[in-house]
Amino acid sequence: MTTDGRATPRAGVEVRLENLTRKYATTTALDRLTLTLAPGELVALLGPSGCGKTTALRLLAGLEQADSGHVVIAGKDVTNVPANRRNIGMVFQAYSLFPHMSARQNVEFGMQLQHVGAAERRERAREVLDLVGLGPHMDKFAHQLSGGQQQRVALARALAIKPKVLLLDEPLSALDAKVRARLRDEIRRVQLEVGITTLFVTHDQEEALAIADRVGVMQSGHLEQLGPPTEIYSRPATPFVAEFVGLTNRIKGDVRGGAVTVRGTRIPLVDPDVTDGPATALVRPEAVSLASNGEMEDGPLVGTVIAVAFLGAMSRVTVDLGDTIVLAQMATSAASDTPAGTKVRLALRPDPVLIQREEPAATAP
Amino acid sequence: MNRSRRIKLQVFRITVFVVLGAFFLVPVGAMFEFSTRGNSINAPRTLEAWTQIATTPGLGDAIVASLELAAITSILMLVLVLPTMVWVRLRLPRISRIVEFICLMPLTVPAIALVVGVKPIFIWISNFTDSILVLSLGYVILVLPYSYRALDAGLSAIDLKTLSEAARSLGAGWGTVMWRVVVPNMPSAILNACLLSVALVLGEYTFANLMNYENLQVAIAYVGLTSAGTSIAVAVASLIFAFALLLILSFVRRPRTGVAAADPVELDLSKPLALSGAVYGRVGNR
Repeated sequence: MTTDGRATPRAGVEVRLENLTRKYATTTALDRLTLTLAPGELVALLGPSGCGKTTALRLLAGLEQADSGHVVIAGKDVTNVPANRRNIGMVFQAYSLFPHMSARQNVEFGMQLQHVGAAERRERAREVLDLVGLGPHMDKFAHQLSGGQQQRVALARALAIKPKVLLLDEPLSALDAKVRARLRDEIRRVQLEVGITTLFVTHDQEEALAIADRVGVMQSGHLEQLGPPTEIYSRPATPFVAEFVGLTNRIKGDVRGGAVTVRGTRIPLVDPDVTDGPATALVRPEAVSLASNGEMEDGPLVGTVIAVAFLGAMSRVTVDLGDTIVLAQMATSAASDTPAGTKVRLALRPDPVLIQREEPAATAP
Repeated sequence: MNRSRRIKLQVFRITVFVVLGAFFLVPVGAMFEFSTRGNSINAPRTLEAWTQIATTPGLGDAIVASLELAAITSILMLVLVLPTMVWVRLRLPRISRIVEFICLMPLTVPAIALVVGVKPIFIWISNFTDSILVLSLGYVILVLPYSYRALDAGLSAIDLKTLSEAARSLGAGWGTVMWRVVVPNMPSAILNACLLSVALVLGEYTFANLMNYENLQVAIAYVGLTSAGTSIAVAVASLIFAFALLLILSFVRRPRTGVAAADPVELDLSKPLALSGAVYGRVGNR
């Protein structure tokens, strides 16, 4: 225990998924996925529907069997161990509380199966429910709890069995935006407090980037990139990651000497070892700035604002350059100077960008 | 809806209720009237036929046998059908239509054809026991369509996959999943299936008679040969019992559904958590 009364965060266990493959008839849901979670780490798997992220989680949970590959938890191969003997806590996307039990009975369920004594069960149930802020509601049934409260109880229930690993299968997707954001922070807080190795599956990039130590972006059963959220966002390894995580402008340019020239602006490349020639640069909206004062002579980066989307502190401005449309993201105070119809000049910040060799589509997403 | 239309609708409802009520109650009333007649036209009303139920040789045994058969059939049906349906829903959904077809098939097979089909098996079983209770093996087939429908409705009302996976992840084996998660969450469906089975078994005649066993309905038929009043009295009693069961079925508790709005729990994330460490001093620390 630390001096402030909080328990010392402890390291969890290492989890390894080794060359996991899972096929459904002719569809390959997971194709030789290899992923290692460090002890106590929270890794988020992010990707579109059908990319294999939930399959990976279910294989780790033991709810499905892999066609090939291994699942190793704390150094022990558990590939063929049934789900009920893996000691893994799981929170599901759908509300999964047992309707005939109160919140406390739900939390005690797993402990009963572990033959924990009645007194200890009650004490531990009270503590985990306090941990998720639901101590006063422990005698309520699922139908008396809101969606967010049900998911908190589910989290408490998963933690109460002292699992080696915590799996979160899109636990926030059924909740409204405000509850989702609050519960997201709460999950992260609890995970850090408990120090448990956690795999979080989501299709919501904001969720993944906000709470994960590392984010794995998946597509078609493959892990496209695995890294810290800032790296995923600012240095995407592939065009898919660049386009899936955040918004991206697709602007035609010309690659020469490890940089791409886009409408007269030279921008360095994330990967400079590429052959010269025409390409499409993937530029983040926040790397685009606007200027509306002074003379606006026609030029490659001069266009007209056609829409301003208010996002709160930030605003997104859509600019028509004639042959292409570009999104710019900036502080709302700055965007207020450029209402729709204003002629503006764009400036591109020279942050390293990815390029795509395919024939570009329209432009902005 | 205007007043005159509402009145018309109310009159229509009452009319339907009265006609249907008469359809069920008039025959029962007539049977009761018949069972309380004396031995001659001018004889006073008597409950002699009803009192003879207890003293008529074999009738009491037949009633007990039928009640036992009803209980055993209900239990066998649940043990056979419920786990099968759960397994098919979770693991083999592609064969659910086949299972449904098999379960509903007894509706299309006349009891006499069924008896002809299963008779050799019962002859073989008679080498080991002559108990009437073996009839429950055949009755399970007869009650399959009704119990299947009732249980299917119950399973459809719960998120079976999520609940069972949640229980499995908490350490439950399949037996625990069935006994502590599935069964408690579909009490109405299970009760419905059992009551339908009981009602069917108590009213079954053909199967028992052709197999040469004496259950309640067969006994009533035999008693009717010597004492029509007693026979009718038993029939009325069994009908009232079956009606009472079906009435219970109509009022059984429905499962709770939906999510009620609850008081929001505001968390102050800036405050340190006052935990003893009993929880996260152990969680994940293996």
